[in-house]
Amino acid sequence: MNLASRLSHRAGLLALFSAFLIVSGCHKKVTAPPKQVEAPPPPARPTVTLQANPTTINKGESSTLSWNSTDATQLSIDPGVGAVNAQGSTKVSPTDSTTYTITATGPGGSASATAAVSVSAPAPPPAVKEPSIDELWAREVQDAYFDTDKADIRADARQALASTAEFFKAHPSVKATIEGHCDERGSTEYNLGLGDRRAAAVKQYLVSLGVSAGQLTTVSFGKEKPFCMEHGEPCWQQNRRGHFVKGN
Amino acid sequence: MLKSARCLGQLLFIAVALLSSRPAFAQDWFRTGTGLGQAKPRVAVADLAPRSDAAKSHSSLFTQVVRDDLQFSGILDLASPSFYPPQVVSVPAELKAPAWIEQPTNANYVGFGNLTESTSEVTIQAWLFDVRNPSAPPVVGKVYRGGPTDLQVRKFAHQFADEIISKLSGGLPSIAQTQITFVRATGNGNKEIWVMDYDGANQHQITNLHSISLTPRWSPDGSRIAFTCYAPYKGVTSAQICMYSMDTGKVISFPRFSGTNITPAWSPDGTQIIFSSSMQSNPELYVCDINCNRPKRLTQSSGANMSPTWNPKTGQTIAFVSDRGGTPQLYLMNADGTGAAKIDLPEKGYVIDPAWSPNGQLLAFSWRRPNDDYDIYVMDASSRQLVELTRDQGRNERPSWAPDGRHIVFESTRTGVGTRQIWTMLADGSQPHQLTTTGHNESPNWSTH
Repeated sequence: MNLASRLSHRAGLLALFSAFLIVSGCHKKVTAPPKQVEAPPPPARPTVTLQANPTTINKGESSTLSWNSTDATQLSIDPGVGAVNAQGSTKVSPTDSTTYTITATGPGGSASATAAVSVSAPAPPPAVKEPSIDELWAREVQDAYFDTDKADIRADARQALASTAEFFKAHPSVKATIEGHCDERGSTEYNLGLGDRRAAAVKQYLVSLGVSAGQLTTVSFGKEKPFCMEHGEPCWQQNRRGHFVKGN
Repeated sequence: MLKSARCLGQLLFIAVALLSSRPAFAQDWFRTGTGLGQAKPRVAVADLAPRSDAAKSHSSLFTQVVRDDLQFSGILDLASPSFYPPQVVSVPAELKAPAWIEQPTNANYVGFGNLTESTSEVTIQAWLFDVRNPSAPPVVGKVYRGGPTDLQVRKFAHQFADEIISKLSGGLPSIAQTQITFVRATGNGNKEIWVMDYDGANQHQITNLHSISLTPRWSPDGSRIAFTCYAPYKGVTSAQICMYSMDTGKVISFPRFSGTNITPAWSPDGTQIIFSSSMQSNPELYVCDINCNRPKRLTQSSGANMSPTWNPKTGQTIAFVSDRGGTPQLYLMNADGTGAAKIDLPEKGYVIDPAWSPNGQLLAFSWRRPNDDYDIYVMDASSRQLVELTRDQGRNERPSWAPDGRHIVFESTRTGVGTRQIWTMLADGSQPHQLTTTGHNESPNWSTH
């Protein structure tokens, strides 16, 4: 404002002086063509630059904005910084990726420049995904184990089958085969019969817990498909079971 | 002979110890047609004379198979070839009887003959002479002609041995041409049905179902084999009864039932099948004709019932296994399902795999006594007297009788824990003889003719 008034004052003096020259020149006989007098230059258009360093930050970190300008009387950075001097720097710490704009205004007009600061947020926690049928199966469907020569559902098997039953009731379209298995000590033929009784006992128990019989088929493999090949009770116990296989 | 008698003596001792309440048990009740008490005829088999160099290999094969068959028969004594007089006997005119009668050969009968071979045919002339009665006509005199293959020569040797055994035993059914079906594991958990000659030769696979096949049983006429199969059907795997035709070399159709369907067996006349099925609830025994329309239920129990077998002589009694009492035990019932009763043994344990002798009087089975392993036993069905045939030789299971009633084929782990192989023995437990050596072999069943 001060500068501008001074400038206009100087322009006024210049005009006065020019007028005097013209008047005194009239005293000479020779009348020269009126000399073209250079018009005063128009006020310069402002220039401005803006840089961000670094241009990429993690959330919580900061970046430095630096700027430079000419011929500007007013400078302002948006968003969030406001009026600034003709040059300078400041730290910003945006929470999201932001493009900063500096606007320089002067008698010659205005100019602007931008600088982008991108904020890379840590990967958002995955949206809580529905577990797949296979994942639920692996978690909830549990085999039932048996005592030697028995097809009775033991207490531990009741617990396992309660979880299994919840799965089948929640997924009535899923079908399964219950395989009856036995350890190696009995004969092939006896174990085929015993395995059939074990598979049937597992199915019957699940049905008593509300599972649809149509979801379950049974097959006896006797001792033909052991899970464990050692000779001894730990292994035999592994092999005395009702085992669930998806599909039928 | 001596060894066999000693072995039998031990067995009788065991039986007497088991059945001390039966002091009358003192004689050889095990006789099955040819008196074991009589001296057995002593037979020499001279090397079959090859008529050319090209005939040598098949001459040796023929001689060896005949000797093996005679040795195995158990009805005669084979004089050791190292004792034979050094003479070639290719035709009756060359037989010098006195040399064969002398010690140490000491033969009653001498077998001999010759073999001519061309690229297209083998011709065998073979005789058996009674050297103590040389003027009598030959006991056996045969000419065999066929393709010059090992298989054909083996077949002729079995036929010649059968003639000899039949003549010297007074008509005992011969078994040298019988076959044994069995199960062989083929890797990756699958099992297929195989067939071999009774001496273990000519082992070959007959099913190719790429799944688990079990418990093969010959039909009485040998034309079919019924077995338990797991071949998937429309994506469903379950235990079903399958039927193989020896005539067509194919698995032929048989109805499928719900549940677990296992252990088929044939009626003595071959018109009916009995098997275990859980089609209604528990594994129970069902009977049907060979097309198996409308199977009829025979048992009703709280346990599983399986491994049925008809008395082959009477057709009136069925032996089977049931765990209705908590553990697998042997039961007998009438063919219509009535009168089921447990066979009581002196001790508890598992009792499985019943198999009737051809004369319907003896029941072979496998018994795991408390703190012991499975062994083969034979029981007289009427007196309930008992003889143990195997002992301290691993697991011994699934006996099946030869049609001569003198031999039993069974599976045993005696060559290594977890490795089942097929063996034969005489029905008194003597002369154990291994038939399979490679892989895992089980569930033998002897053809009935």
